[in-house]
Amino acid sequence: MAVLVYTENWDGSFKKLSFELVSYGANLANMLGKPLVVLSIGNVASAELEKLGNYGARRILSLADPALQVFDSQAYTEAIAQVATREKAEVVVLSNNNLGKAVAPRLSVKLKAGLGAGISKLPLSTSPFVVYKRAFSGNAFAHVEIKTPVRILTLAQNSFGLVENPGTPSIETISVSIDSALVKTSVSEVQKQTGKLLLTDAEIVVSGGRGMKSPDNWGPLVELADLLGGATACSRPVSDEGWRPHEEHTGQTGKIIAPNLYIAVGISGATQHLAGVSSSKVIVAINTDKDAPIFEAAQYGIVGDAMKVLPKLVEAVKEIKHK
Amino acid sequence: MKILVCISNVPDTTTRVRFVDNNKKLDTNGIQWVINPWDELSLTRALELKDDPANGIQTVAVAHVGLVSAEPTIRKALAIGADEAFRVNAEPGDAYFVAAQLAEVVKANPFDIIFCGIESSDYNNSAVGGMLAEFLGIPSVSSVSSINIMEGKPVLTREVDGGRETVAVPVPFVAIVQKGIAKEPRIASMRGIMTARTKPIKVLEPVSIEPLTSVQEFELPPARKKCTFVDPENPKQLIELLQNEAKVL
Ligand SMILES: Cc1cc2nc3c(=O)[nH]c(=O)nc-3n(C[C@H](O)[C@H](O)[C@H](O)COP(=O)(O)OP(=O)(O)OC[C@H]3O[C@@H](n4cnc5c(N)ncnc54)[C@H](O)[C@@H]3O)c2cc1C
Repeated sequence: MAVLVYTENWDGSFKKLSFELVSYGANLANMLGKPLVVLSIGNVASAELEKLGNYGARRILSLADPALQVFDSQAYTEAIAQVATREKAEVVVLSNNNLGKAVAPRLSVKLKAGLGAGISKLPLSTSPFVVYKRAFSGNAFAHVEIKTPVRILTLAQNSFGLVENPGTPSIETISVSIDSALVKTSVSEVQKQTGKLLLTDAEIVVSGGRGMKSPDNWGPLVELADLLGGATACSRPVSDEGWRPHEEHTGQTGKIIAPNLYIAVGISGATQHLAGVSSSKVIVAINTDKDAPIFEAAQYGIVGDAMKVLPKLVEAVKEIKHK
Repeated sequence: MKILVCISNVPDTTTRVRFVDNNKKLDTNGIQWVINPWDELSLTRALELKDDPANGIQTVAVAHVGLVSAEPTIRKALAIGADEAFRVNAEPGDAYFVAAQLAEVVKANPFDIIFCGIESSDYNNSAVGGMLAEFLGIPSVSSVSSINIMEGKPVLTREVDGGRETVAVPVPFVAIVQKGIAKEPRIASMRGIMTARTKPIKVLEPVSIEPLTSVQEFELPPARKKCTFVDPENPKQLIELLQNEAKVL
């Protein structure tokens, strides 16, 4: 019996979400009194794999198979299911990111294991096994009982945080048997967003709405995000208009994020927008309209014109950084 | 080619949800029910593909697992332009249950492309599409932000963390769609509303499947603290509060 965590890598390196998953897995394993097993797929150097040891991984399985070079949801499901069965995993944890959302439901059917998707905490109880997850797009939370002996969980990003628990892991190279005919996905083009922080991984996000007025006004907003070491985001109309790239769209129909700090500039705070950002730990709103609904969600607010307030904020941050 | 769009019936996205029955059930009083936003966009894209004869799409059908109370939502999909509808007459137990029922629909009525939304705005499970594909043993492409038919073959764009990829898979497959798939949802025309009345909704009885999960209770998010306002002339104060009070900088 074990807790199995699958963690993705990007060209051989892990990101914050990988360490968060391992932190979660280690705590869950501890709660259940079972060992944690971490699975990595692809070519990852041992020095990189060892970094997972900082967050509680003591046993890492490293799997590189030609059938898993392209991401095919059926093949990945098959591989993870084989490892889960071999390790007698009673919980399999993946990220609630694009890959996790693609694989977890398939895995649930394959292993006939109930799925808890987008969970943000350790289980509320382990017998019965009850998880806590967002529902109604952040307008509520649900306590969901998973009734099967094996469970699949996907962890919402930035919900659990990193928990250091350093140690040296053992690394085993493993293999699975996957018929290459199972791989049906062919990839003809890859566009990479290189070097940039993943919006879903960012701890600070500065986001602009229609109140930014034009695509030419984003200079100070981007500068503020850079100075704070954060990422930039936007509301849906802004990406629909093409003022900002689609990857930045947050909300019900865009990305769901949970940074420590979310600064909403010229965003009215429609329910559908809040659906994507309401799990942020602190929300700051800058808006000319003192009655804008965003101030109901915000902990700090400035009623004022973004064009005037943003440059002053940039100056204030620079000043504090100098000290 | 034939396209099936799986639709979920959800409270309008501006609904302030409330619960009854010791927080076990959604209070459906006064709720406006709509087609799940993703499913509405999928349907729009399916119809756009059908509009171009070169794509060779013969039918666009919709399928829903739910009770008769959901029929207005299904009629709406027919009014928007779907040719026919399937309704599996059962309370949608959990995602596993719904996907198992949809799988039976597809086994009895084969489709080439099956659209599912990346999530349903009520339970936010992102589950039905992948589960359906696994039940059917066919490929699924997730986080799909565009789909076109090129020389008779579907070509898709999928979002991956940190980029996007252009991919192809052989039919039949499940496309699990997200933002980008269509710009604006198509709205029903007067004529669409009239013809929808005579379009068939095939009602099927469910197969016996046990859900794997159940909701024990719901809770509302904790109330937010009141907003502290900072003088717009002195944003430095904001930075200080974020550093010293909120401790997020
Ligand atoms: C099914 C569905 C799904 C949706 N999904 C999403 C989603 O995922 N994400 C999303 O964001 N929206 C979504 N929407 C749209 C949502 O309802 C709102 O229309 C949208 O969020 C509004 O964007 P906004 O706040 O940028 O613009 P507006 O609502 O136009 O607000 C602009 C704000 O800027 C303020 N302002 C104006 N000038 C200034 C200035 N100089 N300085 C400071 N403030 C200023 C105004 O007071 C106003 O509050 C969805 C809608 C539907 C129906």
